[in-house]
Amino acid sequence: MPNNEIPQLLPGTLFMLVLQALARGPLHGYAIARRIKNASDHGLEIEDGSLYPALNRMLVRGWLKAEWGTSENNRKARFYRLTAEGRKQLHSEAREFNKMVKSIQLVMRTV
Amino acid sequence: MSTFQEWINRLRYLGRRDRFANEMGDEVQFHIEARAAELQESGLSPDEAHKRARREFGSTQLALEDSRQAWRFQWLEDLVADLRVGVRMLWRSPGFSVLAILCLTLGIGANAAVFSWIEGLLFRPYPAVVHQERLLALSGTSKGETGATALSWPDFLDLEKNSTLLDAIFVSKITGTTLSIGDRAERTIGSIVSANYFDAIGVHPVLGRGFELGEDVGRSAHPVTVISYQLWQGRFKGDPAIIGKTQRLNGVLHTIIGVMPEDFRGTFVGWAMQFWVPASMEDIFEAGGYKLEDRSARWIEAYVRLKPGVSPQQAQQELSAIARRLESAYPLTNLGYGAKLWPLWQTPFNNAGTLLPTLEIMLAVVVFVLLIACANVGNLLLVRSFGRRHEMTVRVAVGAGRMRLLKQLLTEGLILTSLAAVGGIVVAHWCRHALSLLFPARAGVSMYLPGDIDWRVLAISAGISLLSTLMLGLVPALQASKIDLAAALKAEMAGVVGGHGKSWLRSGLVIGQVSLSFVLLVGAGLLTQSLQKIRSASPGFTTRGVLSTAVDLVSAGYDAQRSRVFRDALLDRVTALPGVESAAFATMTPLGYGSFYSSKIAVDGYQVPPEEEPTVEFNRVGPGYLATLGIPLVAGREFTRSDDESAAQVAIVNETMASQFWRGQNPVGQRIQVTGQWLTVVGLARDSKYRSVREQPKPFFYVALRQNPSVSGALIIRTPLSPETMAKAISSEVRALDGSLALYEVITLQEQLDRSTSAQLVAVTLVGVLSALALLLAAIGLYGVMAYTVSQSTRELGLRMALGAGAPELLRLVMTRGMALTAGGVILGGAVALGLTRLIGNYLFQVSPRDPLAFGSAFAVMALAGLAACILPAWRAARIDPMRALRQE
Repeated sequence: MPNNEIPQLLPGTLFMLVLQALARGPLHGYAIARRIKNASDHGLEIEDGSLYPALNRMLVRGWLKAEWGTSENNRKARFYRLTAEGRKQLHSEAREFNKMVKSIQLVMRTV
Repeated sequence: MSTFQEWINRLRYLGRRDRFANEMGDEVQFHIEARAAELQESGLSPDEAHKRARREFGSTQLALEDSRQAWRFQWLEDLVADLRVGVRMLWRSPGFSVLAILCLTLGIGANAAVFSWIEGLLFRPYPAVVHQERLLALSGTSKGETGATALSWPDFLDLEKNSTLLDAIFVSKITGTTLSIGDRAERTIGSIVSANYFDAIGVHPVLGRGFELGEDVGRSAHPVTVISYQLWQGRFKGDPAIIGKTQRLNGVLHTIIGVMPEDFRGTFVGWAMQFWVPASMEDIFEAGGYKLEDRSARWIEAYVRLKPGVSPQQAQQELSAIARRLESAYPLTNLGYGAKLWPLWQTPFNNAGTLLPTLEIMLAVVVFVLLIACANVGNLLLVRSFGRRHEMTVRVAVGAGRMRLLKQLLTEGLILTSLAAVGGIVVAHWCRHALSLLFPARAGVSMYLPGDIDWRVLAISAGISLLSTLMLGLVPALQASKIDLAAALKAEMAGVVGGHGKSWLRSGLVIGQVSLSFVLLVGAGLLTQSLQKIRSASPGFTTRGVLSTAVDLVSAGYDAQRSRVFRDALLDRVTALPGVESAAFATMTPLGYGSFYSSKIAVDGYQVPPEEEPTVEFNRVGPGYLATLGIPLVAGREFTRSDDESAAQVAIVNETMASQFWRGQNPVGQRIQVTGQWLTVVGLARDSKYRSVREQPKPFFYVALRQNPSVSGALIIRTPLSPETMAKAISSEVRALDGSLALYEVITLQEQLDRSTSAQLVAVTLVGVLSALALLLAAIGLYGVMAYTVSQSTRELGLRMALGAGAPELLRLVMTRGMALTAGGVILGGAVALGLTRLIGNYLFQVSPRDPLAFGSAFAVMALAGLAACILPAWRAARIDPMRALRQE
């Protein structure tokens, strides 16, 4: 549940954040959410309900692969791993995003 | 990632849906538990932590559903759902569904049938022949003549040798023989072909071999024949050792070297060929001697197949260039002659020409029938969509998108048209040989008029069905898109007879239907009248009580001298038969198959205008020919037996010829020159019809058969006896003279005349049947609308009755409304018909396209159909019980 102190995700950035979270190695769903939360210093929180549909959409597109494994506390969990295709997608999305942020900053500073 | 890969991923998912659902459930469960464990670490009680984790996650069901969504073929699953709903809706109202599917089946079936005929007769006319899409007919041309002429064999060889753009060029010229096997003699048709024929068309014998190169060279040098499967099975009883046996054809023993496959019927639109002989045997089958080395003898009909990628225009240019070279190389024989390619459907030398106009009319008619059927079903759908307005409103109210609603309606239309399309193809399949049934039989000719349901016909039918779906789906969609939630959820207002508003669409459809079927009725009326005029038109000779037959002396190997002796003897015997008034021989009979001789003529005292070369057709006839046929003699005399080789050459001319060359003066005693000989005119005969009842009066003359001997000839007999009786009598007389001779069928000249107009009969029959169908559909449509109007305005009608209106007034009210729709349709249809019937003006004989009788009778029929359609709803309206009607609601 989003609360008012935590800003909503910028639209269209969910896929990029998930891909980035997986860039350093396979994670299960909960760990993805936690990594994003921690890395953003609790600045970003992914709605739990929208994480899994997003993961599935990326599976369909072939950016991720999923396989069952064992979690840190010895439970069966599904781990997601970036494919080469996913890595490419991450780079292009990140590039686009950076360009846009820079442009927005430029506008905010000059105008 | 490519879309393709996505599809593969999705497809893989389809196989393991259930496992996937479980796994997702586990995964979500794990997520919640992990979060709960974390919360517990931060100090919450296990119970509290679980509750909080679950709340944070939100709806697990929604997450699962959304995840599943990612893998779906959304539109496909929607379609399946729509189909399921559609089928259920149609199942729920079986009466509506059956009626709608039947209407559409008729519409689509009629179209598919006509398309299959067009495909099977005009575009792919030759079963088993390969690459017909590159096949073209080849004829000669002659300066000053618009149509096609034949080609000469040497010209054909030169065209073959010098052309570079053709895969093949081959000859196929129709011929006939009398086939005597056992004691049965029968007329049989076949083709004289070039030796490359079977290789060029890519059809190979099932038994034996085809012709080999070189078998079309040398006078009568290769007496071999290939026979059809049908001939093999029929006349030769499927003899397994048929190859190598001999059969006498036109008096010459031919060795049977091959049997063609069952589905091969030769290359002549409309007729199935039974045997093939190489061109070297030409002088055995063709009149006029050996013509393979004669460049001036033009007798062959040919086909070419283009090389892939070559356009007909390029090939035509090349052939024309070769023909021009031949003109300068052989000016004596070739000056003014060319070569011309024709698309198969315009082939000038087979039945394609007679079938084309009939099929053109048919095409227009079936499109009309389809439109009427669609309007009908559209109306039914519309009526139903009123019934379903509540359902639609509720769907919109609970959030169904309008697109989704439209899709649902289109899906229902698609179900209807798909079922109807299947039915239509079945109908077309049944009708595929219907044309052969309509054309009258002709002895010795097996009609072969197959429809061909190939992928192109299927594609066109599918296209038509899709188009109909759109038309059908749009009608209720127009209605659905207007759903106004607020208004619709309020109580619906009862309809009012004669009220306007929403009924305009249905009224419009009915008016459209009535007008379309009115146009068809007018067309049917015009064609019927035209046929009657043709059939009752006087051909200028007596058709009843005059019989025509022939004895095949050519096949029996008679020469001119022997045939004259035979004919004299037979004539004496036949005229002596009881009941025979007179009899005569002639080489040709009027309105029969086969063309008359024609010759350039010169006339004593007639100044030929420059640029004109008078060419006139003529016939060779024996003594008593005019009297037997009943052609009146205006002046002079008929030929007699004494007009023979030793006497002066004589001729009889017709009145048109007299007025053209002698300016109306009596030509008797004048001279004309025919093929170099001077003939004295001894008689002047009334004009009559020669080739076709529809022809304009034209100059024509007769020469004496005895002075121009010919082996072939027809026997004409004037007698009140029936053809069957005479056939027996003449047969025994013929056998008495020569046991090896066979008699052709004996028919009345009326029969011959009817056969010459069979194409018109077929057109009238088909248009008649289809307009009756259209009328029925339109009447059903009108009935449906009126019945619905009455059922929807029960309250109003009851009110009127309660206020004192009598049953007759209510009857009149409903009838007036129904007849107003009919009148609207008739007026619109009349206007359309006035514009359209001009298009069939060419097919009409002595009937104006605006013929008042045709329009009048169409009006009468339409009015009757309108009355019949309205009477039941009106009667029901008049019997409404006012108390019950008012209590309704």
